[in-house]
Amino acid sequence: MTTRRHLPGAPRAGRVLAWRTGWVLAAVVPLAFLGLFFAWPVAALVARGFVADGALDLGGFADVFSDPRTWRIIGTTLGQAVVGTVASVLLGIPGAYVLYRCDFPGRALVRGLVTVPFVLPTVVVGVAFRALLATSGPLGFLGLDQTFTAIVLALVFFNYTVVVRTVGGLWERLDPRAEQAARSLGASPARAFRTVTLPALTPAIASAASIVFLFCATAFGIVLVLGPLGYGTVETEIYVQTTQFLDLRTASVLSVVQLVVVAAALLVANRARSRRERALHLTSGTSARSLDLRTDAAPLAVTAAVVLGLLALPLGTLLVRSFEVPDGWGLDNYRNLGTTGGANALSVTVWEAAANSLRTAALATLFAVAVGGLVALVVSRRPRARAGRRALAVLDSVFMLPLGVSAVTVGFGFLITLDKPLGLDVDLRTSGLLVPIAQAVVAVPLVVRVLLPVLRAIDPRLREAAATLGASPGRVLRTVDLPVAAPPLGLAIGFAFATSLGEFGATSFLARPDTATLPVVIYRLIGKPGAENYGMALAASVVLALLTATVMLLAERLRGDRTGEF
Amino acid sequence: MRMHSTTRLAAVAGAATLALTLTACSSDDASDAASDGASDTVTLVTHDSFNVSPEVLEAFEAESGLTVEQVAPGDGGALVNQLVLTKDAPLGDVVFGVDNTFASRALDAGVFEPYTPEGLSDDAAGLVLGDGALTPIDMGDVCVNADTDWFAKHDLAVPTTLEDLAKPEYADLLVVTNPATSSPGLAFLVATVGAFGEDGWEDYWASLADNGVKVVDGWEDAYSVDFTTSGGDRPLVLSYSSSPAFTASDDGTTTSTTALLDTCFRQVEYAGVLAGAENPEGAQQLVDFLSSTAFQEDLPGQMYVYPVDPDAALPAEWEKFAPLAPAPFEVDPADISAHRDEWITAWTATVVG
Repeated sequence: MTTRRHLPGAPRAGRVLAWRTGWVLAAVVPLAFLGLFFAWPVAALVARGFVADGALDLGGFADVFSDPRTWRIIGTTLGQAVVGTVASVLLGIPGAYVLYRCDFPGRALVRGLVTVPFVLPTVVVGVAFRALLATSGPLGFLGLDQTFTAIVLALVFFNYTVVVRTVGGLWERLDPRAEQAARSLGASPARAFRTVTLPALTPAIASAASIVFLFCATAFGIVLVLGPLGYGTVETEIYVQTTQFLDLRTASVLSVVQLVVVAAALLVANRARSRRERALHLTSGTSARSLDLRTDAAPLAVTAAVVLGLLALPLGTLLVRSFEVPDGWGLDNYRNLGTTGGANALSVTVWEAAANSLRTAALATLFAVAVGGLVALVVSRRPRARAGRRALAVLDSVFMLPLGVSAVTVGFGFLITLDKPLGLDVDLRTSGLLVPIAQAVVAVPLVVRVLLPVLRAIDPRLREAAATLGASPGRVLRTVDLPVAAPPLGLAIGFAFATSLGEFGATSFLARPDTATLPVVIYRLIGKPGAENYGMALAASVVLALLTATVMLLAERLRGDRTGEF
Repeated sequence: MRMHSTTRLAAVAGAATLALTLTACSSDDASDAASDGASDTVTLVTHDSFNVSPEVLEAFEAESGLTVEQVAPGDGGALVNQLVLTKDAPLGDVVFGVDNTFASRALDAGVFEPYTPEGLSDDAAGLVLGDGALTPIDMGDVCVNADTDWFAKHDLAVPTTLEDLAKPEYADLLVVTNPATSSPGLAFLVATVGAFGEDGWEDYWASLADNGVKVVDGWEDAYSVDFTTSGGDRPLVLSYSSSPAFTASDDGTTTSTTALLDTCFRQVEYAGVLAGAENPEGAQQLVDFLSSTAFQEDLPGQMYVYPVDPDAALPAEWEKFAPLAPAPFEVDPADISAHRDEWITAWTATVVG
């Protein structure tokens, strides 16, 4: 900035103004998107719970909080979220090391495999887990059926990949020389990790932990299927109060509780991040080296245990059972995917639903990467004014909120707000566009979290140096920020795509029968009696899993090509 | 290589513009369609189990000149609650799929414009609700199902009544679903209220709980994990009277499960014209169609429910594997509406503790 002031001139000033306007627009467009498709619907629904006969009524707070059940539910929610997050992070860090810092044959395949759980429909995973853990199942002797432990295991199953990829993405490009220097100065590997690598990774770990916390706190399907009877979280309680009792007074109080918990978690994560966040020495290429069975034994053992025991076992069971037919084994379940199921369970065939899913996800990814990319870019700036930095921190957290708010609240909120929004003469609620938009709202936070740590890690002096050398702001962005952000952009696209492929909560309230997506038809198939429908649900889940793995492999490939270029 | 990065930036920036443009474009399209053909389109709000044979629907569309659009925002309680919340700006013209355990909530909220098709059968006319606001379309029975093979193998008689389920010889054999999260669960709770009365049903559930009834949150969970036909350890499961048809042998002569017809509650699904419909005439025609013989006879094959019209022909195998209960337990929908929430709360206190 200082350098620019030495170069006055009318065209220059005009350009600076245009540049500033550009930044403002870059912040305003995503905010408008989030405001229209998230904040307004949620606020409108919550407001209904606080208005009785046209007057504000906050009595719901006293009623809900005086019920001991409420406190039990809040306690359960926090316990579940904290334990799920801690377990995912502790197990995920060794995984990030093995899968991103080390090189071994088949690595891309394993990386694809760990992503698969992330997008599987929760009801299928819940049923698959229960089939393993039920007293009559192969792991029944563990006595884990319908326990808190079963929920935590399932949470790790879903969220492991978030930690592995977010942390791995940064670790992979961390300059290894700092750690090597520490080692050559006599530090033990453990000490070098603790004092050099871990602090450098903290922003990414905090980033991943905050996402996982939000996912764990708002988990719905698996809590219902795997939880003990009477086990309730804020999320399941909001669902029951809204869809069963239509008690918006209680649901709104719980939504506020949910928002407070989520905001507090984000605040903590932000603190942890900003304390540690500083420019890191990143390499644009990958710094992975060959896996060393001796020195890497510990992380390798942990990773193998998680990948084989916790991920591959349920996935394998799902795969095997998808070939199970009434009179033995065969491909019937897969052949049936071209039909609408036994007794016409579906309104479209599973293949048609798969095509719907791909179309919807492509559009959702476009929205999510556009909006999330702008947010990450804006938030990665470091304004000199304290107020400016605060504003960016708030902006960052605000875009995380969709992960922490109940899909029921968002879905019902859409229904009461998006008929002819902004004076447009269109009922957006029944328009096909709302599904990809709703999925994008959920995918944006992931895009931001993947891009931001990398953009933030760029040394600001690089930008200053480029500017001093006469590069225009646009050129600085192009030559400094973009080369570093390009590889994770592929990852962000993959994550956004995978998220929309697997999104079920909001989609189930919005999808029209003729545009049902894969998770929606899987949910319907599993909700019908008959071995044929159950088998088809499993086969369709395998198709969804394969689609996801393919997308993530392609995204990996995309970044693989790029890394060599810069 | 700078080429690449420039392209990438342009792509990202362009995508944002495109996103806004797309929204704008689609709004134009939709509003054109709405203004050109408001009277040609009729929107059916339903649950995602709605199915109709294409040729049956096309015949209606050809005859009436209407195009039927469907939206499926939820089912059971969620569908009704959405209707209540969107009362001032309804999602469509007609709703199909409101059932008798939730109907009164929607009736009380005034979301319907009364309309009853002419020429309903006496049976159907007897089920009309809310002074003609809701027309019955189909019905099905929620009943306990038994794995007959399991009972034969264990040399135990298949239970028949609700009272049997609480007997010691059937201890730890039954799995049901939570009425707070599952619509068959709610129906079964109502069945016990109908059977034992307002004063007796809680005692009955206490005896079931003592007898080791297992409760899970969703039907899919109960039927595909806990039921013995799926490898579970419970040979008695809460399901539908039509479920045994799904476990029929390939040659269609036998089935390995049976519905206990003395344990049932009848769910009736209704259709109604929504107040504030954009196309009220089209809506009435659509309700007429749902009550017509063509649609009624299409119901069993498409949605696996019974038509309310007793004259509609049924598939042959239905008598064999999917019979309706001769005398299901009944509770007045207004009573259900008035007490449903307190019943669920009391049930939770009794069974969950």
